[in-house]
Amino acid sequence: MRLEVTADKGVSILRFMGDRLDAHNSDDLKAKIKELFAGGAKSVLVDLTEVRFIDSSGLGALVSGFKNATNYKGSLALTGFQDQVRSMFELTRLNRVFDIYASVQEALAALSGK
Amino acid sequence: MGKKVLKLDLKVPNQTRYLELVGRIGEDLARELKKEGEEKKTLAQHLNVVLTEAMANAIRHAHEDDPDKTVHIVISLSDEELMIRVYDHGPGFDFDSACAHEPEKLEEHGRGIYIIRSLMDTVVYRRTRDYNVLEMWKKLR
Repeated sequence: MRLEVTADKGVSILRFMGDRLDAHNSDDLKAKIKELFAGGAKSVLVDLTEVRFIDSSGLGALVSGFKNATNYKGSLALTGFQDQVRSMFELTRLNRVFDIYASVQEALAALSGK
Repeated sequence: MGKKVLKLDLKVPNQTRYLELVGRIGEDLARELKKEGEEKKTLAQHLNVVLTEAMANAIRHAHEDDPDKTVHIVISLSDEELMIRVYDHGPGFDFDSACAHEPEKLEEHGRGIYIIRSLMDTVVYRRTRDYNVLEMWKKLR
């Protein structure tokens, strides 16, 4: 698993490079999101395109990121949901909490205007 | 339990790096079931999730991340139902408070048992003098 960060139109795009986001690697994602906000990022987009499996720890890392966004007066959005990821968000009702976009392009169009 | 089809008995180091292996075993097991198409795919995903959550729970909460401990997992499959038992040794975890998770509260932790209970038909946590066991059943008919 690797985390790749790029910036486009004022949005920090954090790409999770790995097919499984679980208790083994979720702390890395959590720390990276926090690092981005602490470093001054205002808008962070987490791209989960490669993720075919997420567990409760992965969801927890994103909830932590959401709280960081609030604390730093920024915003956190998500994109690239595969079937299993979408169903886990629905099961835990976290789909009602996060801004979720169908693609990076769609997210950038929405977020760069904010 | 109906006619037994297979039984898997796994002893896995108490380390999160083995979650993927155990989860994949659950997914592969779904291929043995008499289900078709989307139903089979969904069940495969659910078994991956349930095994991952149950093992992570034993690693983190019951065994407190001690890498020298072992998580014992037994999976029994019959033509009527699937049963998964995940054993832990030690103080165990507070099943009742784990069951009290409220999705509306935006907590970072505490979704594991909620997810398992949502995906399986029956979930109990039994404590004995020698071990604790999280037992999970799913009807297959």
